[in-house]
Order: sequence, then C-alpha cells, then structure tokens
Amino acid sequence: MTVTVDAAALALGDDALVLSHRLGEWAGHAPVLEEEVALANIALDLLGQARVLLSMAGDEDELAYLREERAFRNLQLVEQPNGDFAHTIARQLYFSTYQRLLYAHLASGDGRFAGLAAKAVKEVAYHQDHAEQWTLRLGDGTDISHERMRTACRALWRYTGEMFEPVEGLDVDWEGLRSAWLESVSAVLLRATLDVPEGPPSGAWSAGAGRQGVHTEPFGLMLAEMQHLHRSHPGASW
Amino acid sequence: MATAAQRAARTRADGPADETGFAAAYETAFDAAVAADERIEPRDWMPEAYRATLVRQIAQHAHSEIIGMQPEANWITRAPSLRRKAILMAKVQDEAGHGLYLYSAAETLGTSRDELLDKLHSGRQKYSSIFNYPTLTWADVGAIGWLVDGAAITNQVPLCRCSYGPYARAMVRICKEESFHQRQGYELLLALSRGTPEQHAMAQDAVDRWWWPSLMMFGPPDDESQHSAQSMEWKIKRHSNDELRQRFVDICVPQAESLGLTLPDPELVWNEERGHHDFGEIDWTEFREVLKGNGPCNEQRITQRRRAHEEGAWVRDAAAAYARKHTAEEHGKAAA
Repeated sequence: MTVTVDAAALALGDDALVLSHRLGEWAGHAPVLEEEVALANIALDLLGQARVLLSMAGDEDELAYLREERAFRNLQLVEQPNGDFAHTIARQLYFSTYQRLLYAHLASGDGRFAGLAAKAVKEVAYHQDHAEQWTLRLGDGTDISHERMRTACRALWRYTGEMFEPVEGLDVDWEGLRSAWLESVSAVLLRATLDVPEGPPSGAWSAGAGRQGVHTEPFGLMLAEMQHLHRSHPGASW
Repeated sequence: MATAAQRAARTRADGPADETGFAAAYETAFDAAVAADERIEPRDWMPEAYRATLVRQIAQHAHSEIIGMQPEANWITRAPSLRRKAILMAKVQDEAGHGLYLYSAAETLGTSRDELLDKLHSGRQKYSSIFNYPTLTWADVGAIGWLVDGAAITNQVPLCRCSYGPYARAMVRICKEESFHQRQGYELLLALSRGTPEQHAMAQDAVDRWWWPSLMMFGPPDDESQHSAQSMEWKIKRHSNDELRQRFVDICVPQAESLGLTLPDPELVWNEERGHHDFGEIDWTEFREVLKGNGPCNEQRITQRRRAHEEGAWVRDAAAAYARKHTAEEHGKAAA
C-alpha cells in the first residue's frame, strides 16, 4: 500500500474513523430509541469526516482496512471501549469539546483543512451539545447515574492530555487549546454537580502515544473486527 | 379532525337520548367514512375491534423495525468499505426512526410506547418472523435490502392508503426510505455478483437462505389468515396475503436474472395462462415454528432487546429525575 506521511490528515481522520466505529457498536443496544438515532447520527457525521480526511492522505479504504495497529494515529481516547452509557458520554464530552475548538480554529484560517473544518464544526457543535446535555442529566440525575458519570469522567481523564500534543502540519496554539478545553469541560462538569478530576490531565506514559502509533490493548481487537472481511478478500471491490 | 360524514352523524347523534342511539349513529358514520375512502383520525369514533386491530398491527410493525436493527447492525463493525459502512449505519438509523414514527402512530390510539415495549419484551406482542434469521455473511446485508425490504415495500405501499390517517401518513414517509434501502441492497448484491468468484458465491448463498423466509413475510395463506377479511373490510388491508406474495414473486424473478443470481425454487416457472409465475410450496411448518419462538434467533433477538432496555433503565431514570428537579426549579423561579 501507499506509504503516506500526511500526519495531520491521518491524525484527524483516524480520530473520526475510530470514534465512529465505537459509536457504531451501540446500534441496537442504546438505552432509549432516541439514542439509537442520536448515536448513529454522530457516528455517521464522524465517518463522513473520516472519509474526507483519509482521502486527503490516500485511498480511504486502504488506509482504514490495510494499516496495522502501529500505523494508526488516532488518540487513545477515541479507541477506548464504550463501557456503559456514562463512559460513552464522558468520551463524547471530552472529544467533541476538543474537536469543536480545534475545528473552529482550523475553519477560521486558510489552511488545507479550513473547508472541511467549516462544514464539520456545525456537526461537532451538535455532538458537543448532545454530550453536554447527557453529562448534566447523568451527573445531576439520580445517585446511581451521578456515581457512574463520576467514575467514567475519572477513568477517561488520563487520556485527555494527549489531545494537546502538537500534530505535525497543524498550526495550532496547543496550550491555548488546552486551557479553552479545560475551561469548557470544567464548566459542564461543575453544572452537572461533578468534580473536575484531579491530577495532570495525562497519564505520564501515555501522553502523545496514540499519535505515535502506540495504542491500548482493546484497539487491536477493534481493528481485527473492522478489517477482517476486507482483508479476507484481497483486491476485491465492494 | 372528524371526517365530514362523522361530523354529520354526530349532529344527528345529538338527537337520540339513549346510549344505544349514539353508538348506532357513530357506527353508521364510521362505516360511511370507510366506504367513502375517508381517513379515520385519532379523535373520531371507531369500533373497539378496529382500534385493537390497529394497535396490534402498528405495534407489531414498530417492533419489527426495532428488532430488525439487530441482524443488520451485526455487520456495521465489519462492513468491508467505508462507503458501505456509512450506508449501513444510515439504514439502521432510519429503522430506529421508523420505529419512533410507528410508536407515535400507535400512541394516537390510546396506548403508550412503554406499554408496547413491555408487551414486546414479555412476548405478548410479536415482530416480523423474518428477523429471527441470522446474518451469516456480508452478502446477507444485501439480501435483506433486496428481498426483505422489497417484501416489506410490497406489503406497505398499499398501507399508504390505509383507512387510519396517522398510520397511512407514517407509511408514506417510511416507504420512501424503504425503497431507497431496497435499491441499495440490490446494488450491494450486484457488486458482489459481478465481483470475484468468492463474492458471487457469497451473494448466491445469501439469496438461497433469504428467499423463502422473505415469501413468508406476507403471512399465512389466505384461507388460514385470521385477521384478513375484517381488515380488508375496514380498509386497513387492501390486498390479500397471497395476492401480495404473488406480486412480489413476479417482481423478483426478472430482478434476480439481471443480478445474475438464481432463486432457490425448482418449481418457479412462468405461467402464460395466469400471467404470473408459479412457485413451489412454502414450508409452513417452519413458518409456524418461527412464529412460536423456535426460529434460529428468536431467543437471541429478544434477549438483546430486553438487555438493552434493562441496562438502559438507569439512564432513563436519570433523565426523568433531572427533568423533575429542573422543572421544579423553573417553577420555583417563576413563583419567586
């Protein structure tokens, strides 16, 4: 397959591809029918973004189906298993806030991602709103939902530091992005009667690892499932 | 909104003082409205049996959309190209949306979504037997689109003229999306049929497994169909099971030819005299077994549905608790 060095398109494209896949796993399992629609809708938006971004770096299907784990550049956050609904929502809150701030920035410039970002930022604003509304409902709902949401926010916190590691090819004030993100997420967590998890927002060893192709164990299994059929029929078209 | 005939009847019904007089006048008005092809609307008077039949049919239809997400969702994570994955996710999302429309239509008859889901989960209401068959290969996604959605459309297009307004209007929206899905399924199979020998074999195998179950979607033969006569009289149903099944077979034969695939029925042959295809006998024993709960996936489908519902209970509780708290807060603010 084509060797590609388009780090920025791969990083953004892989984030969207992998998170879309995880959300697709919810189909038929959501807590309420409206969430079947909402989660699938978000997954589709992300898949649409992934296809544009991966096509900027090469052939979308080759890149999605024929790269191995070490060649993927997505954040470790987006590859985390769905867990319960609270884990999925916490992952959505962290990532959609990041993606909205990043895309708003990219859309305002004239770089190569400006066009995509301008379109995607509208979708991402919806994703963020969805995640925030559910964070409020779960955090400030029942004792059980509060506890589950608190657990989820803490469990995923260690994967958030990586979002602010510079990506080659993206002209972004990463420290500024980090403080804007922290401000936005903290405000939602506090309104949801949750505390902002303590400690550095990155597990020491994992900062930047996904962007370097070092992933967590569940990711390999996810790829095995995603790529199996495509790899079983080399060269076939679908 | 009351139909013209019913409004007239209600005016007349103001006359008689006794209950029987009212009921008789309403019934006459209802019959007249149905005969005149007018739509019955939620606030109109209707016979209790008409209401019950519609609740049963619309609920079963809604349940089928929801359970029907499972066999296809089974392939979302394995779809072999990003384009196909996007199409499949959009389709499964549409099905959830169809379920929502249909539960809303059923609710206009005085039931609730919670009540209907409870009946689904406890086995008191059914869903289409077709979704008790497993999706074993990627080609099954195409066969479901072409055959299962094709059969559903054949059944549902006449429902766009059903006498009950909310159901008929839901069907108009649903049929548009269903025919889109059906074309996508056909196109998926065509790509496989024209692909590698392995892909072609995969497509043929899927059609072989889905053909007969698709014919069973039209229900029992006319002489065994318990609800048919009454439903046709009420114009809920417009054609008999066997008529629709025949129509479907006649549509599929040339489509299979252009797909380059065969249909697994040695008795399938054009009958010049009838102007229709003759086809082999359906295995009604299998049909009845699947309906009774003994199909390949009955247990699995209902277990997954129940589990999603039960595991989601705390999420629904949280949303309700949040709404209570914040509605109370809003009221507090308004009072202060």
